[in-house]
Amino acid sequence: MLVLDRIGKTYPNGVHALGGVSLEVELGEIVAVIGGSGCGKSTLLRAIAGLDPASEGAVFLDGERIGAPHEKIGVIFQEPRLLPWLKVADNVGFGLGDRPKPERAERVAAALKRVGLADKAGMWPRELSGGQAQRVAIARALVPRPEVLLLDEPFSALDAFTRTDLQDHLLDLWADAKPTLMLVTHDVDEAIVLADRIMVMRLRPGRIFDEIAVDLPRPRDRQSAAFDFVKRRVLAALDRSLDRAAIGAEDEQKAEAGAAMWW
Amino acid sequence: MSVVAMTIAAQRSPAQERSAPSRRTRLIRPALGLIVPVTLALAWEIIVRLGWTSGRLAPPPSVIFWTFVDLARTGELQRDTLVTLSRVAAGFAIGAVVATIVGAVTGYSTTLRRLLDPSLQALRAVPSIAWVPLFILWLGIFEASKVTLIAVGVFFPVYLGLMGAIQSVDRKLVEVGRAFRLSDFAMVRRILLPAVLPAYVISLRSGLGLGWMFVVAAELMGASEGLGYLLIDGQQLGKPAEIVAAIVAFAIVGKATDWLIALAAAPFLRWEDVVRHD
Repeated sequence: MLVLDRIGKTYPNGVHALGGVSLEVELGEIVAVIGGSGCGKSTLLRAIAGLDPASEGAVFLDGERIGAPHEKIGVIFQEPRLLPWLKVADNVGFGLGDRPKPERAERVAAALKRVGLADKAGMWPRELSGGQAQRVAIARALVPRPEVLLLDEPFSALDAFTRTDLQDHLLDLWADAKPTLMLVTHDVDEAIVLADRIMVMRLRPGRIFDEIAVDLPRPRDRQSAAFDFVKRRVLAALDRSLDRAAIGAEDEQKAEAGAAMWW
Repeated sequence: MSVVAMTIAAQRSPAQERSAPSRRTRLIRPALGLIVPVTLALAWEIIVRLGWTSGRLAPPPSVIFWTFVDLARTGELQRDTLVTLSRVAAGFAIGAVVATIVGAVTGYSTTLRRLLDPSLQALRAVPSIAWVPLFILWLGIFEASKVTLIAVGVFFPVYLGLMGAIQSVDRKLVEVGRAFRLSDFAMVRRILLPAVLPAYVISLRSGLGLGWMFVVAAELMGASEGLGYLLIDGQQLGKPAEIVAAIVAFAIVGKATDWLIALAAAPFLRWEDVVRHD
């Protein structure tokens, strides 16, 4: 189980990005964090990943405190971030450096096949399309079999068709080992298609504003009335979260101070 | 053929020609660059042959060619080339190794950069030839001072190139390494080293270029052998063909060593996403 205990983050320049986020995520659960730009959702994800440790509170995974990148936690970034000097297969196997070669080759081949890119194993990253590159990045993150997979707006740089395609594909891959997925996004449809729970964040300092359970059977029909109903709830919550009147005067002041850095 | 089809065909043909040049254009294009020098050389040869000028100070191509052959036949050309080449090799090796070490530590550590870089930048502002008198006083007129001068010339481009390359490694790729919990050593080997390699190779090549420049300076100032000595010898004995032959030898060896570095690095740089000109 992934436990966030009052996670807060204040940057050295005084910007209060995250103000006490608490959350419990069960193994195998998919949680989407959604919110306007600068609500601290990426900061939250980076704190969980151990890339940018929280300044207050703590992250626990199965009771173990996380302060640095952990082998049970995989990360997928907004961009594929493939290493341009490694062939596709070597990129996928990047996190398996300590494993014997035959095992590595076997797991890489299986992962590439699973994301439908077995024929691209010997290519350079530059020869891939954006969607293919992101699929390689997903394979790279999944190959070490993480217990928790963190995704920071993973499909936001892709076109609409590729995006829906990859969302379905991600669910398909998730079903293999059912890791915990925590996804940061600003795309409401994406959150509803993927998540069991949607956490709506309020900005400055980032806090969980509302929690919406998505009780729809998978695969979810983006055109269905039930989908639309959830979507309206999420949008309404987002609307309320962005309502500046709800933010205290003190927060507003800080927001002004941090604005240049923040946006 | 319909109008539409004809329009498409008309639009497509120039583009196709551009993307796949015919064999003839592929042969002609490099040859284009030869037209001017070959014409000039031929013209000069003809002018001298016709007796319009003696060609004593600017010998025609045939004279240069035979001087070159004569120098090679006596073994003088090979000996001088070898001497110069070994000076450049020693200076380049020393300069490049020191620059690589200093560039790596200053690129990696902010503290060391603050400590060392200002002094090195100040030294860089000194025209390197200005060191010659001092080097001769310190190290004598023989090999040591020459090699040192070449090493100084090689040092700066390599140092600057490597330090800059390390500093500009993509933070996002370093973060990938962190997310996969690479140790410091693994981070250097698996992320930093491959990331800086293209810029490092370029800095080595420009360092080598300066090395060739400085070997001439060193040999002009006093040497009893080497291609630079051949230049001076040609000047003092009034043999312009010998000077030009030495220049030609410099060009050939310089280009060959540069090509060697590029060739050695090529297998490691195949991943680069660069514009390739035909």
